[in-house]
Amino acid sequence: MSRIKKLFQEKKEDILNIYFTAGFPQLDSTEAVILSLEKAGADLIEVGMPYSDPLADGPTIQQSGQVALSNGMTLDILFSQIESTRQKTEIPLVLMGYFNQVMQYGEQQFFDRCREVGIDGLILPDLPIYEYETFYQDMIEQAGLDISFLITPQTSEERILKIDELTRGFLYMVSNSSITGAKKGISDKQVAYFNRINDMQLKNPRLIGFGISDNETFSTACQYANGAIIGSAYINTLKDSKDIRETTLEFVKMVRGESVKV
Amino acid sequence: MIAIDQKGYYGEFGGAFIPEMLYPNIEELREQYLAIMADDSFEKEFRQLLKDYVGRPSPLYLAERLSEHYQAYIYLKREDLNHTGAHKINNTVGQILMAERLGKKRIIAETGAGQHGVATATVCALKGIECIVYMGEIDIQRQAPNVARMKMLGAEVRPATSGSKTLKDATNEAIRDWINNPEDTHYIIGSVVGPHPYPDMVARFQSVISEEMLWQLKEHTGKEDPDVIIACVGGGSNAAGAYYHYLNKDQVRLVAVEAAGHGIHSGESAATSVLGTKGIIHGSRTLLMQTPDGQIVEPYSISAGLDYPGIGPMHAHLIASGRAEAVSITDDEALASAYFVSKKEGIIPALETAHAFSALDKIEYDSSDVIVVNLSGRGDKDLATFIKHYDRFHK
Ligand SMILES: Cc1ncc(COP(=O)(O)O)c(C=O)c1O
Repeated sequence: MSRIKKLFQEKKEDILNIYFTAGFPQLDSTEAVILSLEKAGADLIEVGMPYSDPLADGPTIQQSGQVALSNGMTLDILFSQIESTRQKTEIPLVLMGYFNQVMQYGEQQFFDRCREVGIDGLILPDLPIYEYETFYQDMIEQAGLDISFLITPQTSEERILKIDELTRGFLYMVSNSSITGAKKGISDKQVAYFNRINDMQLKNPRLIGFGISDNETFSTACQYANGAIIGSAYINTLKDSKDIRETTLEFVKMVRGESVKV
Repeated sequence: MIAIDQKGYYGEFGGAFIPEMLYPNIEELREQYLAIMADDSFEKEFRQLLKDYVGRPSPLYLAERLSEHYQAYIYLKREDLNHTGAHKINNTVGQILMAERLGKKRIIAETGAGQHGVATATVCALKGIECIVYMGEIDIQRQAPNVARMKMLGAEVRPATSGSKTLKDATNEAIRDWINNPEDTHYIIGSVVGPHPYPDMVARFQSVISEEMLWQLKEHTGKEDPDVIIACVGGGSNAAGAYYHYLNKDQVRLVAVEAAGHGIHSGESAATSVLGTKGIIHGSRTLLMQTPDGQIVEPYSISAGLDYPGIGPMHAHLIASGRAEAVSITDDEALASAYFVSKKEGIIPALETAHAFSALDKIEYDSSDVIVVNLSGRGDKDLATFIKHYDRFHK
């Protein structure tokens, strides 16, 4: 069983998935960030492949990607960082990036290499389900990788069912149609959407992402799904960090409501 | 046979590689665009506006002094004479009518040279619809007259400050805006780029160019077909329009002219057909300039409208299949052509179009050949650049 499936079998609620951009703030921060997140109590980690033109991302993630790229991050470097970090942890790792990166690496090579270095799942927001089914589903399944697709408040019921069928691991529920880091707080309208999805009895567990940044938004999201995903808020704290371990510990505590942050 | 399939592919190029957040809008458009365009009331209003507001048909002009110089029959398709000064308005008139029928209340657009931004601001003023145009910071500086025009027309111009601060980045920002405003907004893309159905829809709106060429050439020469059609390619909309009704007439040569900036291999270029490899940009699988690691390379051209690291999927297919020939023209070659054509014909072309004229120095042809150069726009917006370089070309 995949590490992702195992996690969701053992833990049904308050799952914390944290996104970070690989190569940020330093080229070799990857291992420190992953191990610190695990130690601090994150359940799942989304490793972002920095990209020149991340269409679905707001300024925070865009800028972290620019820093990572000017630090010299490449996919080969990232894969070898993960390979060595994987010797030290069993935390589920999901690779997130844009499909052009996968195409340039060579799709088959990319999926094989993910498997080899200990990646568990993929999030490729601009890979449409038509292209996935037609060209890539077999390759990804054969490599033993899970894959998460996104649903949004505008996604039709019929399409949600289709996406649920194709998803393996967990569904990524975008809280509000927006780019990452754009909106704060959770409105009544969003809660109505969360409830609507809850009532659909989907087969996959769900994590809510976009606009989750602190204990309040995390707890609210956890009432309506198995957990939540935080990206921009964590990157913002890393930006000014002197000590990745300490910053990460404090951040996760803050999110989980275990200490009060001033 | 050159055609687009159900899923929006020309051969292996095209498709709709978009985040799920954009899916409902793109799907709505994909389901409806052909039916809306085929509707009588749409067709009638579109044709009426092209005639009375844009000033179509645009003339096809036999350029005698250029013909004498180049020893061939050179015709100019005068898109520069359209209202707002370029071909861009053919598409924006079509798309504003489309947006209206889709019930959209807010328009966004990207622009490079500012011609598409002006054309979008113009049709939004015509219809009284809110308009926001994204434009790279560098382009805001080098195309200042068009920024002023957009403001005067009531549009808000928002600077794109990321990446190379040019057309690619303005397009990124427009797409992000659309993600953030999924319900009331229509994105008027300015070229045959982006996710399906945009490349096909924009090509259809621009196809009026070659539709007119068919009968105009017949009047002038007795034959519908020219021997060669030359057009510049940024994203490729004026070229798509000029080629459209000739795509499956193999006897007509199609020449696509790209910007080589300071030289194809200078590191400062936008010659996508030479430097590009297969990949995804702005939701479309096409040819684009990128690193081996799949990072998009920042392009360069003196011409803001050609300063783009990709080309539309139709053109990727035309070039990859050998149907179209690609020619690359440097900044200086284009400038020289702009000065030359101005004096020879009394027409100051846009910098983008100047690249198309330069191709006459590069391609082979016979003295009996009928060559159409698509004169995509006028050079008023580029006067500052022309003045700046004038002395260097007039010693
Ligand atoms: C006059 C003119 N020609 C050509 C272009 C390039 O666009 P496309 O390749 O879509 O025709 C532009 C773009 O701004 C333009 O203003």
